[in-house]
Amino acid sequence: MAVDIEQYKKDLLAQGAEVVFSKTKNLTDTPFSYCGGCGHGVAHRLIMEVIEEMGITADTIGVAPVGCAVIAYEFWNIDAVQAAHGRATAVATGIKRTNPEKFVFSYQGDGDLAAIGTAETVHTCNRGENIAIFFINNGIYGMTGGQMAPTSLIGMRSSTAPYGRQHDVHGYPLSLTNLLAELPGTYYVTRQAVETAAHVRTCKKAIRQAFENQKLNKGVSLVEIVTNCNSGWKMTAPQANKWMKENMFPQYPLGDIKVPKTE
Amino acid sequence: MAEEIQLLKGNEAIAEAAIRCGADAYFGYPITPQSEIIEYLAQEDPYNKRTGMVVLQAESEVAAINMVYGAASTGKKAMTSSSSPGMSLKQEGISYLAGAELPCLIVNVARGGPGLGTIQPSQADYFQTVKGGGHGDYNMIVLAPYTVQEQYDFVKLGFDLAFKYSNPVMILSDGAIGQMMEKVTLSAQVPRETKDYGWNVLGKSENRERRYITSLYLQSEVMEQKNLKIQAKYAEIRKNEIRYEEIQTDDADYILVAYGISARIARKVIRLARAEGIKVGMLRPITLWPFPSARLKELAPKVQGMLTVEMSAGQMIEDVRLAVEGAVPVKHYGRMGGIIASPTEVFINFKKLFNIA
Ligand SMILES: Cc1ncc(C[n+]2csc(CCOP(=O)(O)OP(=O)(O)O)c2C)c(N)n1
Ligand code: SF4
Ligand SMILES: [Mg+2]
Repeated sequence: MAVDIEQYKKDLLAQGAEVVFSKTKNLTDTPFSYCGGCGHGVAHRLIMEVIEEMGITADTIGVAPVGCAVIAYEFWNIDAVQAAHGRATAVATGIKRTNPEKFVFSYQGDGDLAAIGTAETVHTCNRGENIAIFFINNGIYGMTGGQMAPTSLIGMRSSTAPYGRQHDVHGYPLSLTNLLAELPGTYYVTRQAVETAAHVRTCKKAIRQAFENQKLNKGVSLVEIVTNCNSGWKMTAPQANKWMKENMFPQYPLGDIKVPKTE
Repeated sequence: MAEEIQLLKGNEAIAEAAIRCGADAYFGYPITPQSEIIEYLAQEDPYNKRTGMVVLQAESEVAAINMVYGAASTGKKAMTSSSSPGMSLKQEGISYLAGAELPCLIVNVARGGPGLGTIQPSQADYFQTVKGGGHGDYNMIVLAPYTVQEQYDFVKLGFDLAFKYSNPVMILSDGAIGQMMEKVTLSAQVPRETKDYGWNVLGKSENRERRYITSLYLQSEVMEQKNLKIQAKYAEIRKNEIRYEEIQTDDADYILVAYGISARIARKVIRLARAEGIKVGMLRPITLWPFPSARLKELAPKVQGMLTVEMSAGQMIEDVRLAVEGAVPVKHYGRMGGIIASPTEVFINFKKLFNIA
């Protein structure tokens, strides 16, 4: 059922509520389709806030992936393009090359960026396209119902590895981010999370950095955000965050991987 | 101003036309027999030396067509080119471009298949080009040049049609037209310009709603409405954009139907036939989609037979048969594997197929 947000807000104010926080104008009023506790919603908010705070809305074009964020453009109140599965960075390349004055970013899941889109991702980074890539790593294919992702951990169960991921059958968890950091075409590579207030704050700084970098023409800024997919992992959101801390973070350690050299 | 005439290879004509008609970007991946397109562009370096047109060698045809998708989303005149195996890789992107109703130009300088096939010319991509190729109900406007001049002219025409209908346009050429050299009358340089078409993403300003480019409609009712809208557009294109050329069809007893390099062979067959007193004419479809079905149907009762001359096992023949609705026998003659039949060979087989002594 569609909720009339405006009416709800009015009702709350009428009951004496006080406005202490309002969401960025760069998010529409469409309620997120994401599961409660999922990182996609927070990641969306942070990216949209940064664009508003930098005053670059009129100069920004986003690229949505295929994955749970496929309808990101329903939530982002900015101009955006929906790309075929895995092709977001090629689409972003086409936009940026013909519109070098615009801020361009892609937003992609781990299946999108690190499986079907591996070639596009690697070569976009290798060409040093002047874009930002936001990479939502939840170790699973959320949208299609919890299948194994290239980033799934060893032993992790999913609908296509119901007995757990085995390296000799399914290969190893792929940390494409670390590989990409080795390429001269990447300028800034960092791995973040959004499950605590502290992590949200550092993640937002990283996102801001990624956009600021585009002014410098120095190559790709890649921000990986490790999040839970509580539905795909078959856990409650708090359980999923605990599991993420205990299992995902050791495999995908948070922090900067490649930072611009100070000149 | 004096006419500017230059001797150009078919592939070079595509590249020069792109620069001159004000194209904003070319994205491609090398493959014979069309690599001269990107090589010519790289040599000319229009980004730095002429118009500011972007030229980029992508890591694959998949990436190239998606770069086109990105550039086209912003209202830029973007194009790509390839040959048959590369065209297969582009099909996903073409379906998305058609679904999102984005204008762009795609060139296929076709070679023989299936599989890796041969680098020699072929017309065996007809089905892929006019019957879909990618998934879903969609069509591209398909232009089939048969001279280097047309190869040149169809670049501008292609972009014009693409933007008029917000739809991908394909130039279906072949290795022979791509590689041959002919005189080309060049057009004047048109400046590049980006307009606000009301749909292209340029960055959302305060005073307007956001724009997004998508081909996703999760609710079936909405998806069906979208399909109906696209189909209505196709009906409009069928009404307005059918192009063909007729040669000596007025008194013809037989009509050859051929496009591209085969139409040049067929033109010679007409001469051979008329020298023997057999009245042969030709209809050359210039648009393969939309197809000149109505005209073929009109001509059918006036003739004794139609022969499609195609460098394939016979693909366009299906559309000719559909067009004439059984009113006249339709046969096919063609060679495969990149072999170009000689006019004499086609003529002998034409007589055999129609039992002409
Ligand atoms: C060409 C193609 N193959 C497969 C799919 C089906 N599909 C949709 S989303 C998806 C996986 C998405 O996973 P991920 O990128 O990790 O995003 P998440 O939903 O986890 O955020 C797949 C396989 C598709 N839409 N297109
Ligand atoms: S399925 Fe997973 S990734 Fe998708 S919205 Fe739910 S929790 Fe988030
Ligand atoms: Mg995922």
